[in-house]
Amino acid sequence: MQFMLLFSRQGKLRLQKWYVPLSDKEKKKITRELVQTVLARKPKMCSFLEWRDLKIVYKRYASLYFCCAIEDQDNELITLEIIHRYVELLDKYFGSVCELDIIFNFEKAYFILDEFLLGGEVQETSKKNVLKAIEQADLLQEKTENIYHSKHFHWCKKAY
Amino acid sequence: MPAVSKGDGMRGLAVFISDIRNCKSKEAEIKRINKELANIRSKFKGDKALDGYSKKKYVCKLLFIFLLGHDIDFGHMEAVNLLSSNKYTEKQIGYLFISVLVNSNSELIRLINNAIKNDLASRNPTFMCLALHCIANVGSREMGEAFAADIPRILVAGDSMDSVKQSAALCLLRLYKASPDLVPMGEWTARVVHLLNDQHMGVVTAAVSLITCLCKKNPDDFKTCISLAVSRLSRIVSSASTDLQDYTYYFVPAPWLSVKLLRLLQCYPPPEDAAVKGRLVECLETVLNKAQEPPKSKKVQHSNAKNAILLETISLIIHYDSEPNLLVRACNQLGQFLQHRETNLRYLALESMCTLASSEFSHEAVKTHIDTVINALKTERDVSVRQRAADLLYAMCDRSNAKQIVSEMLRYLETADYAIREEIVLKVAILAEKYAVDYSWYVDTILNLIRIAGDYVSEEVWYRVLQIVTNRDDVQGYAAKTVFEALQAPACHENMVKVGGYILGEFGNLIAGDPRSSPPVQFSLLHSKFHLCSVATRALLLSTYIKFINLFPETKATIQGVLRAGSQLRNADVELQQRAVEYLTLSSVASTDVLATVLEEMPPFPERESSILAKLKRKKGPGAASALDDGRRDPSSNDINGGVEPTPSTVSTPSPSADLLGLRAAPPPAAPPAPTAAGNLLVDVFSDGPAAQPSLGPTPEEAFLSPGPEDIGPPIPEADELLNKFVCKNNGVLFENQLLQIGVKSEFRQNLGRMYLFYGNKTSVQFQNFSPTVVHPGDLQTQLAVQTKRVAAQVDGGAQVQQVLNIECLRDFLTPPLLSVRFRYGGATQSLTLKLPVTINKFFQPTEMAAQDFFQRWKQLSLPLQEAQKIFKANHPMDAEVTKAKLLGFGSALLDNVDPNPENFVGAGIIQTKALQVGCLLRLEPNAQAQMYRLTLRTSKEPVSRHLCELLAQQF
Repeated sequence: MQFMLLFSRQGKLRLQKWYVPLSDKEKKKITRELVQTVLARKPKMCSFLEWRDLKIVYKRYASLYFCCAIEDQDNELITLEIIHRYVELLDKYFGSVCELDIIFNFEKAYFILDEFLLGGEVQETSKKNVLKAIEQADLLQEKTENIYHSKHFHWCKKAY
Repeated sequence: MPAVSKGDGMRGLAVFISDIRNCKSKEAEIKRINKELANIRSKFKGDKALDGYSKKKYVCKLLFIFLLGHDIDFGHMEAVNLLSSNKYTEKQIGYLFISVLVNSNSELIRLINNAIKNDLASRNPTFMCLALHCIANVGSREMGEAFAADIPRILVAGDSMDSVKQSAALCLLRLYKASPDLVPMGEWTARVVHLLNDQHMGVVTAAVSLITCLCKKNPDDFKTCISLAVSRLSRIVSSASTDLQDYTYYFVPAPWLSVKLLRLLQCYPPPEDAAVKGRLVECLETVLNKAQEPPKSKKVQHSNAKNAILLETISLIIHYDSEPNLLVRACNQLGQFLQHRETNLRYLALESMCTLASSEFSHEAVKTHIDTVINALKTERDVSVRQRAADLLYAMCDRSNAKQIVSEMLRYLETADYAIREEIVLKVAILAEKYAVDYSWYVDTILNLIRIAGDYVSEEVWYRVLQIVTNRDDVQGYAAKTVFEALQAPACHENMVKVGGYILGEFGNLIAGDPRSSPPVQFSLLHSKFHLCSVATRALLLSTYIKFINLFPETKATIQGVLRAGSQLRNADVELQQRAVEYLTLSSVASTDVLATVLEEMPPFPERESSILAKLKRKKGPGAASALDDGRRDPSSNDINGGVEPTPSTVSTPSPSADLLGLRAAPPPAAPPAPTAAGNLLVDVFSDGPAAQPSLGPTPEEAFLSPGPEDIGPPIPEADELLNKFVCKNNGVLFENQLLQIGVKSEFRQNLGRMYLFYGNKTSVQFQNFSPTVVHPGDLQTQLAVQTKRVAAQVDGGAQVQQVLNIECLRDFLTPPLLSVRFRYGGATQSLTLKLPVTINKFFQPTEMAAQDFFQRWKQLSLPLQEAQKIFKANHPMDAEVTKAKLLGFGSALLDNVDPNPENFVGAGIIQTKALQVGCLLRLEPNAQAQMYRLTLRTSKEPVSRHLCELLAQQF
């Protein structure tokens, strides 16, 4: 996989992960172009499209689009399930994940992704093992400032 | 799982994020961000040492700001500090910041590497994983240099935790992809292969990716992976849907691992070992069988995972291309998918069948689905699916179904999406030509193409139809009749006029017997279109008219009247005016015989591969990427370094000794040598000497020399200087000494050029055995075609002979061809080698564009290699008018009102070669005070930018 982008229906980028070296300028250009292309597609259309010399695999979950760029020989359907497994991981971790969780805890979204995919390849497909790695990290952290988090959780549900 | 217990909620961060979200405008957001940046800066600079938590929070805020799309120029140091924290979350945030915002600051890199090194050595698996993730995320060469040697050790160490092994495998993969030279192969590779046997499925999953990548470069070293992969795959495929516990995904056992294993096997030919092969075939059959079983779940995830494996299995079967039974089963399976209700599956089935169509075993089976595919082309609602259907029709086409497929594609073309029309046109043109049994069908098809989608019919397509008609006399009469009919339509596309004009000019006589298409009728039909056409088409029609004068003498008076009209003779367009004047004179002065010779029917074209195919291949890659791609496919043809090889024959074959007194240095024996020539004499004596030659090649270009059919000396020392004089002009004296003067007159249009060389004998004695030849050093032969006519072998004293060169630029080139002139004068052979003034910029076609377009294109060409820049001192007085003239002479259009600074010059043009076009943008910024220029070139092809920049920089 060359990169993964998460963006909202309004075209706001929520997460970007690049597995090939590109300049910031190129990243911005690619993002702009792809967000536009994907948002222009109608709901029942197929989840794959050719773009430059890459294949784009995307899927919409509620207000968020998950979009992966893979190479010519890569398998489209399994990439679609990479997206789904990532969504499941986020969901399990946050508990009914929504876009706001990813906005407010963007760093967690990146950490979870790193446990699941590394260098653009699937590292660990077991949900249990990925979450175990993340939870270990949570246990290691100091127990300060937890109060606020509950409040934020409340907002999140409301907005959803 | 309640989110309350999650994370380490940083209150300040959450407040900041919600502030940003509440901003009503972009300005408000920027204001809020600037406020925050100021706050963080003051905290970082403050006297009070920050605790780890605050540092983490601020670094995290900076990261958030960066990810919003704003620039961040500080905080790196604080992030690096976090790396050495003992608290996991602080370390984690530090690493995240570093991964996202790497800075090539060397001091920082050293610190980062140090922190990573400590974590790798810490034996704490969570810290080790964080460090490995960071290396994998950054993946830079510096990281590779620092860690590529350590990671294999961690990967195969007996005491590494599973999670560490997984990260190490993929980290190594990333480094290997970025800089393969840094990853040393060795004893560890064998142990990596054995990770395929690991008990931990996650470790296997990560290792397969690494092995798949490594084995592509070293297939033999990893050969043992085949049997291991087969047995692993076999165990997964035959396991029950719940055996693998958490590695089962919606009742499908280990789908990701299965797909990866099938990918790995596609790196190799079918297994040689019969037992392994048997087991593998069994696996493949099991997968195909399972596809027929009822689904274990209605969830789309179940069917996606299952079909992902199925399609990868089919890819492997296609890759082997040796099991007819499996190929046909694969085809049937895909056939079912063609009618599946899931759009995704229909898309993939069409895509996968395209490759099946090219196998001899399954081609026939694919063809049975033709009706379904045609239906998909007509009814699919998603353009990307329709595109796949068109691709598949193209792939399954053969002589038996060509007529049906071509007519369906033509029908589709009428309503096709604009984005894919040109591609469909090319495909139809290729199929019609390839499978034409009778050429009247071919002619009909192409004319239909023009009628339906004239705008999308490129030159290649209509040139090709003319070539084919010219070469096949059985179709000429039919073609003439058909175009004549087509032209009668009240509105016909300009491309139709072009084809019609050309064909009637050549073969109009074949239908002239019919009073309905008598010569005057043909002429007035064509001429009725004349005024609506572009200059290029009108020029073509004028040639048709003069051909008519020859074919049909009865039209002569009418046509002469047309040519004589003021609108032609005084046409503002030079080309039209010239044709009108010349044709009119030709028709009046030449006798019928001469006219018949001059205007004879065109000779058959040499047979060669259709240029349309090349065009289609180019179309597949979009825009600039395709130009780059072209370069990649054929690196040796452009890369000056790649081509430099001291050719042994130059060194080992000494020139005949007569050449030591080569003309370039030798004045006529009687005359005393001029002072400058005397200096050269010395150089030349050495330069022709076999031993001295290699050391005398000062530039890479000169080392590029390879001997032509004859023995060609190196160009004279001032050849480059002489060449430079002609970069911005086409006419002038190329060379002169006491014996000989060589003048040049040349003109270039598109990718073609014609050059006249005038050789003047300045002495009173005859030159004998006079033979000028053009030599293509190195790869130039594939880049530039130069046809020369022989000239008389004797040049009398005081006389001048002329030589005509026809030049065609096939693709971009860097070195000019050489002109070698030899003759005998006064008993000695004189020889001289010059650089022919043909440089890539001659094939420039100026392009006018508005400022907005210019900047947009400029931005598109922003890859570092696409730009070449030079800053240099002015060698001539800095006069704006002279500069302008030079830039125009260089060939690009000069664009006014583009650069905000009126002192600067901005230009644009397209270099036309037969194989590809290279868009070029240039900008020249004079600095009168410093007497300096800065020149920037951007083109879609890297060597071209550099080369143009060098050529042009020498002109000011």
